[in-house]
Amino acid sequence: MVDPKKPVERDEISGAETTGHEWDGIKELNIPAPRWWLIVFLLCCIWAAGYWVLYPAWPTLSGNTQGLKHWSKYKKLEAEQGEIIARRGEFATKIKASSLAEIQNDPNLYAFAVSGGRAAFKENCAACHGTGAQGGHGYPNLNDDDWLWGGTLEDIYSTIRTGIRSGHEEARTSQMPAFGRDGILKAEQISDVADYVLSFSNGKPTNEKGAAIYKQNCVACHGEGGVGNRALGAPKLADAIWLYGGDKASIVRQITNPRMGVMPTWESRLPDETIKQLAIYVHSLGGGEASPPVK
Amino acid sequence: MADEPIQFFAKQKKIYPRRVWGRYRKIKWVAMIALLGIYYGAPWLRWHRGEHAPDQAILIDMSGHRGYFFGIEIWPQEVYYITGILILAAVSLFFVTSLFGRVWCGYACPQTVWTDLFVWVERIIQGDRNARKKLDESPWTIGKIYKKTLTHFIWLLIGLCTGGAWVFYFNDTPTLADQILHLDVPWSTASWIFGLTFSTYIMAGCAREQVCTYMCPYARFQSAMFDANTLIIAYDQQRGEPRGKWKQKAEYLARAAGKAIYQADTASLLKEAKTAIELQQSSGHCIDCDSCVVVCPMGIDIREGLQMECIACGLCVDACNSVMDKINLPRGLIRYETENKTPLKLLRPRNFWYAGILALVGCVMLYTLLHRLPVEINVIHDRNPLFVQMSAGEIRNGYTLHILNKTHEDRQYAVTLEGLDGATLKAETNHELQPDHLDVFADSVGQFRFFVLAPKQSNHRRDIRFIVTETQTQVSADKDSIFVGPNQ
Repeated sequence: MVDPKKPVERDEISGAETTGHEWDGIKELNIPAPRWWLIVFLLCCIWAAGYWVLYPAWPTLSGNTQGLKHWSKYKKLEAEQGEIIARRGEFATKIKASSLAEIQNDPNLYAFAVSGGRAAFKENCAACHGTGAQGGHGYPNLNDDDWLWGGTLEDIYSTIRTGIRSGHEEARTSQMPAFGRDGILKAEQISDVADYVLSFSNGKPTNEKGAAIYKQNCVACHGEGGVGNRALGAPKLADAIWLYGGDKASIVRQITNPRMGVMPTWESRLPDETIKQLAIYVHSLGGGEASPPVK
Repeated sequence: MADEPIQFFAKQKKIYPRRVWGRYRKIKWVAMIALLGIYYGAPWLRWHRGEHAPDQAILIDMSGHRGYFFGIEIWPQEVYYITGILILAAVSLFFVTSLFGRVWCGYACPQTVWTDLFVWVERIIQGDRNARKKLDESPWTIGKIYKKTLTHFIWLLIGLCTGGAWVFYFNDTPTLADQILHLDVPWSTASWIFGLTFSTYIMAGCAREQVCTYMCPYARFQSAMFDANTLIIAYDQQRGEPRGKWKQKAEYLARAAGKAIYQADTASLLKEAKTAIELQQSSGHCIDCDSCVVVCPMGIDIREGLQMECIACGLCVDACNSVMDKINLPRGLIRYETENKTPLKLLRPRNFWYAGILALVGCVMLYTLLHRLPVEINVIHDRNPLFVQMSAGEIRNGYTLHILNKTHEDRQYAVTLEGLDGATLKAETNHELQPDHLDVFADSVGQFRFFVLAPKQSNHRRDIRFIVTETQTQVSADKDSIFVGPNQ
């Protein structure tokens, strides 16, 4: 501290007063800061003190001081989300009351359904079908134009609602016989029929044996030329999309010991308006098919 | 003084600048009228842009995401124009500073202009320097209260106009002016008006030179643009020193000499004449009248040399010149001068740098402005999934297209694709939408989802280009994107 009684010393050259502090013979000059600066600083301190009292500020052992206003970011978020949910509620009621076709023809409702469906998809469907609905090995890609059980809005809606092989009483179900495991076909017969199945998409000629085996065992479900059958969920074999792999080894494996996907029913887990939104969203991804005209 | 305890914080010393008249004061008045005229008047200028756009010449439409400046219209995508303007403003300031020193501070800075205006108000109500000083020292009387209140009231009124003019730049002026007159303004607008009223009042009324000395960063780093060829305000020490009240002495000597002549006292006459010659030889031209000090709005004495407070306004030059005129000495004891005392040297490396940057940025901006298209297209390639394998063997990629219609009329556009053989463009929608019939409303952005279907490519990734053409005028813009397929 500077002794107030001590007379102020002045620097010889500049004439400025010194603070009295000295280092190695060099004395610190006193250039006073403006007083208003000090006042502004003190006002800021008072402001800060007020802030401490009103708002959460100091960490304590169990958390932090709450402040008199009991303000928190979570409460603010909750209030803001409450507003959003209330706004969404109107649309949800509308979607509940509308048919799929009506939703599709109302641009506002359709846009809401697509974005609501996108969010619901990420929460409920992405685990198997991927966040972009791109699917994976054994899980259908929902972006493409290949549908096992049909690609109209109504088809997609009922697939989501009841599931596939899910145990729901309305669920669609089918089973591919285990031709290899159950000894229906021999290994070389399976190889021949696999070659024949591949020829649908790659066009390579195969022997007659494969064709004969196909006619006997496969055509009932997969159809002449491998066109598939949606009523049975029998995949199209003549296209470029393969759920369990498109090389010969994969096809042999599938004929020998077939795998059939299970899709759970969502009827009991999601409200109807969410299932409708999911159907609209999946349909919008690019492979959605037009519904047949209503008679 | 020496007995006072040491002070680490000093009270602001009130400055009472005296009225002065002269060349630079004239320039300052003209600059002030012009600059304030522009500031308060510009929002009232109209500029017709058709029925879909506002007809205010200068407008920053925050909610509409548009900036208007006479014939120029800026979208948020073109915010780099703001960057360009800021670069131009900064480099211009450096350039001017390098040439003429702190003329920005002295003549054009809002702090200076508004302070000048406030001092003028103060002078009209309370009188000139001495009267103001006396008023401040006098006890509080009705007259003093009246004068002080009136001064502060007018200051606040000017502040209110300043804040009011500010919000006009962001709103339709006549509408907002009407709202303000009916005290029916949104809270956000009102807070801007009051905020600027308050800041104008504080900065120009109370803080004044403190802003330049303690707050302004530009004042501090200007020295980086200074060199010995930069124009500064300089007191001619060689001519002025030693300063003294020699005019009074000279008059005394002249009277004494007259008396000696009258009395035919040769000895005295010789003595007075000798003293007069000595006085003339030993005296500088500065008569120490302090005129330069009392007119200074920064409260400094320029005779102590260039100081950081000096804003180069030239009022001390005017004051000194008028004194020099009175005592029949040449003008320019205090003057604008370079440290080298050479005429203004334009051809200096730093000037070339500044001028070069200015020319470059200016040209780039002018080029982009002249080549600004009334249409723009932005393409976002889907990333999840990157591509989709279709059952017939083709690959599909999804794109979100934004078509920016910058005209003030509804327009129709056609989108085509380049760089991908056998590709088809298909709109992703349930409704009929053709890539060659895309309607976009006036002055807005049309968003469209498109699929590109193409046979499997030999490359995992191909560069493609979307071209958007306005069907009516055939003006087109393009955007590069990619088409992704599976790894072979």
